[in-house]
Amino acid sequence: MTDQTTQMIQSTIDENSVVLFMKGSKEMPQCGFSSAVVNALAYLEVDFKDVNVLEDGELRDGIKVFSDWPTIPQLYVKGEFVGGCDIVKEMFESGELTDYLKDKQIPHKE
Amino acid sequence: MAMEQSEIERLIKASLPDAEVEIIDLAGDNNHFSAHVTSSTFEGKSRIQQHKMVYDALGDKMGGILHALALKTSIKKD
Repeated sequence: MTDQTTQMIQSTIDENSVVLFMKGSKEMPQCGFSSAVVNALAYLEVDFKDVNVLEDGELRDGIKVFSDWPTIPQLYVKGEFVGGCDIVKEMFESGELTDYLKDKQIPHKE
Repeated sequence: MAMEQSEIERLIKASLPDAEVEIIDLAGDNNHFSAHVTSSTFEGKSRIQQHKMVYDALGDKMGGILHALALKTSIKKD
């Protein structure tokens, strides 16, 4: 991974409270797993930045190294890696995600 | 790009010997699986760490030849 990619990822998660690295865009996800996370965030009315890794091969591999996580999507909140699709879905279904967002002071639907 | 169910189970158990592994072939195509892994070694670990332990067991298969593995981990209680 180039320094430039590392820096780009770091500044994206520094500058945006909630970032989803995903395949496709939030308007048009191009993978079922990415879509599932978008749906959970949309349901909770969370404002988030979407980063389409399909537009940048360097980023697509780079984010896996950066997070030490082999799959996409990847959710970051306040610079902290929350998890991929399975974890976010599990947290959403248990209500844990709502508590987490509240804890991180991210505006969302109660 | 496919992987046998038994091979997934074997790799996980090679790293986490006490693991109970329940695998479902979601689409019947040897390519989209769900796995529920229960192990005592998850005790005291965050969910991210637990998932990472399973991903590590699968090595470079995950995200490579194994495209889709919906993962759930649970702590084994005695």
